[in-house]
Amino acid sequence: MQKLRILVVDDSPTMRLLLSMALRRQRTFELVEATDGMDALKKLSADSFDLALVDINMPIMDGFTLIELVRKNRDFQGLPIVVVTTEGASADRDRAIQLGADDYVTKPVQPNQVLRVVNALLKVN
Amino acid sequence: MSDPERPLQTRAEEFLTLFTKGAELTRELVHENAHLRRRLLQMQQQTRLAARDPADWERHRRDLLHRIEGLEGERKETLSRLEELEHENEEFARRQVEVEQENNSLASLYVASFQLHSTLDLEEVLRIVVEIVINLIGAERFVVYLVDDKTGILEPVASEGEPAEGLVRIPLGQGILGGAALARGATCRDATASEDPSAPIVCIPLRIEDRPLGAIAIYNLLQQKDCFTPLDHELFNLLAGHAATAIFSARLYAQSERKRNTMQGLLQLLTK
Repeated sequence: MQKLRILVVDDSPTMRLLLSMALRRQRTFELVEATDGMDALKKLSADSFDLALVDINMPIMDGFTLIELVRKNRDFQGLPIVVVTTEGASADRDRAIQLGADDYVTKPVQPNQVLRVVNALLKVN
Repeated sequence: MSDPERPLQTRAEEFLTLFTKGAELTRELVHENAHLRRRLLQMQQQTRLAARDPADWERHRRDLLHRIEGLEGERKETLSRLEELEHENEEFARRQVEVEQENNSLASLYVASFQLHSTLDLEEVLRIVVEIVINLIGAERFVVYLVDDKTGILEPVASEGEPAEGLVRIPLGQGILGGAALARGATCRDATASEDPSAPIVCIPLRIEDRPLGAIAIYNLLQQKDCFTPLDHELFNLLAGHAATAIFSARLYAQSERKRNTMQGLLQLLTK
């Protein structure tokens, strides 16, 4: 069975570990980590992914810019993007959704909450 | 055969067919009539017998009542079993939510603990403490203090959302934070109470056994978080113990590294 590849983009190693742990419970997922938007773009160009979890506040390239660039690139247009961030303001949520994010989850996150969102977007039971 | 004879024969055949059908229909009607007569006789006989024997009616009635009673009992039993199953189902769903919650908590605690003990570099440990307080607890404004061993003063060493001028040194034992740093557990107040923004809503003392190493003061939470959860209290306890151990280990390691470097330098001087 082919695994679904998920890119976890967060500058915090603690968050990357927590999200990876949450998603690895689903044995059909394969996780790849990126430390910022630029690193994520490189990994997206080098390999194919089924979904990306993206933080907003990151060094080098933030999550908003990453979403914008991903949506402008025809190669990644169908990629589902879930924002996982500390930014709880509705303006930030609206901006992310307007730029092309598929869902928006605020920190502190519950691992099963992220798993549910990812499963729903990937249509996994 | 001549032409005028043909219609006569056809008509005769048609008449014969019609006659045969009529005969069949008559036979069927006679048969049906006999059947209905028999049924009528049977029913008349039954009515006569029933009317003649009221005890039989009574027996039938009792049987039926008994059967109704039995069915009522079965219905009650089924309803009670259904209720039991519904209750079991609810209990199972509640347990599942609890287990899921427990799993989430354990995952967060494991990640926090794993990260805190993943390095011996003090700066890195402090960065991890900051990450845990932001990402796992959901604090927006907080300061991490460490005790200066020489002066016994709490020095701010890391912070988030707090302006630099707001970072003050606090003598151990003085004020809310100085006192909380000496406490055995986290000191909390209502997270929604905002009468004094300069007073922390939670103080987490960092200590190893009886030795205070510092404290984490949280002043307010992220806007999407309105109160502390049981997991937050677990994280306070984890930080109080594990962050303190990680900080202590990192300091010891730095000291031993410094000593090792000095010794190496001396050895190099002596062996030159």
